[in-house]
Amino acid sequence: MKQEFKIISNFIEKNTRVLDVGCGDGTLMQFLKNNKEIDIRGIEISKNNVQKCFSKGLTVIEGDAEKDLTQFPDGSFDFVILSQTLQAFLSPETVIKELLRVGKKAIVTVPNFGFWKVRLHLLIKGTMPITKNLPDEWYNTPNLHMCTIKDFYNFCHAREIKLDKSLAFHNGKTSSINEINLNFKNLSAELGIFSIEG
Amino acid sequence: MNKNLNIKSITIDKPLKLDCGQTINNFPLAYETYGILNEKKNNAILVFHALTGDQFVSGKNPLTKKDGWWSYAVGPDKAIDTNKYFVICANVIGGCMGSFGPSNINPETNKIYGTDFPVITINDMVNAQSNLLDFFKIEKLFAVTGGSMGGMQVLQFVNNFPDKAKIAIPIACTSNHSAQNIAFNELGRQSIMADTNWSNGDYSNQNKNPEKGLSVARMAAHITYLSKNGLQEKFGRKLQERDDLKFSFDADFQIESYLRHQGSVFVDRFDANSYLYITRAMDYFDLVKEHDGNLSKAFEKTKTKFLIISFTSDWLYPTSENKEIVIALNAIGADVGFVEIESDKGHDSFLLNVSKFLDTLKDYINNSYLKN
Repeated sequence: MKQEFKIISNFIEKNTRVLDVGCGDGTLMQFLKNNKEIDIRGIEISKNNVQKCFSKGLTVIEGDAEKDLTQFPDGSFDFVILSQTLQAFLSPETVIKELLRVGKKAIVTVPNFGFWKVRLHLLIKGTMPITKNLPDEWYNTPNLHMCTIKDFYNFCHAREIKLDKSLAFHNGKTSSINEINLNFKNLSAELGIFSIEG
Repeated sequence: MNKNLNIKSITIDKPLKLDCGQTINNFPLAYETYGILNEKKNNAILVFHALTGDQFVSGKNPLTKKDGWWSYAVGPDKAIDTNKYFVICANVIGGCMGSFGPSNINPETNKIYGTDFPVITINDMVNAQSNLLDFFKIEKLFAVTGGSMGGMQVLQFVNNFPDKAKIAIPIACTSNHSAQNIAFNELGRQSIMADTNWSNGDYSNQNKNPEKGLSVARMAAHITYLSKNGLQEKFGRKLQERDDLKFSFDADFQIESYLRHQGSVFVDRFDANSYLYITRAMDYFDLVKEHDGNLSKAFEKTKTKFLIISFTSDWLYPTSENKEIVIALNAIGADVGFVEIESDKGHDSFLLNVSKFLDTLKDYINNSYLKN
């Protein structure tokens, strides 16, 4: 987790305005706040998490990213972060559109459903994969729209969303994703980390 | 109403032009303070009270001998820690706890004002209270906060004085009264005016008191402060000290007895005309209209940090109305946090021992103070 935070932190420039969408209990926000001079706030759906954020001195708005991003004006943040939450939305497509409207850049991390262990799990066991990044059973998972690194990559191309940075993350190591190694990264990485622009 | 009580007050000699057009001067503003103002004068919190509140936020209220209205939130080691912060609260003008109000003597007639008192607004209340900053020589308040009408004053204060507060916490409030809010206030006013003792507001000069009318006003309002579930859980259909219905109009049910009690203790501490004036001020409050339909404009000039708090079971000032303030602030990129607290205690939640609310308030205030 910390490793992912460091990569996100590297994407973000100093003295910028940042919004963490689905900020949870504020762990990432706090990490970024301690490591970067930025003006950061979050939006979070769970009351408990919102209260945890306030206890850490973080400014958050209780709300549903799927509905409540509309209240932010165009380009009101330099960076909008969506860390491992995209798959939990009813309409990821709308959320991405909103992220790119509200933020000048969006940083999106995607648990990779194309990771070889996930594929093998389904192939061998014939049941929905459960991994470190995807710990829930099919009947109680909050994840509605799982995708692979390749899916997200293709989606961005199809929608003419500029992939500013694309990184594959596995076992604490990162490597960049490009057209040529896409199929391999889609197999070998647990997580995709993307910086995108509208 | 406040004779022989040890009430602190300042006399405001700076003329105050009211929204109704009249100008008032040399008028009293009663206040109370808790804690100590530090040397840097950066630990002051101005608390605004709600419709029937007063300056006695914490400790014992000298009139009612009961705990101050926000004792759960304000005091040593409480959410608003008076060991750390200097808390100021003033009785609003129009009120009846020592500030300039309809129960004061009109120097022109030597009679009690009654309905000759000018109609006042939330804006007037806030402008009057801003004199406290000069009095205490405070350049900038650390915080302004309050619930319900107190929250409206918070919004108006930041609008009027954009650089006078570091943080603002309006709680369970709205940027303008809904038709339902106005309707309930009108019900209260009509019940006071329907009491023949009201005598067109001249009751004090005639040694009368519209106790029944004021009591009914309080009963009706009290229902709006609670939630249906809260009432059901506390009272249900429980009977009051009897085994069966009496087939009469006595208070058979506990809820009836409870409301009657609420009404009767209220008339001992509150002036009927003040009730008319203050409810009117709430109805007139419209920060949206003041800015031609764009609430964001109210906060354009401010760097004040906001935390908006609402409660799930508050149907008087519901979350949706609190959220409009959040949306207006977000639209201009203001620093705003928002949380809706789970509580079945209705609008009154902000006055009660709701731990998640008090914890959030405490965390936000203390963390903001750290960055002072």
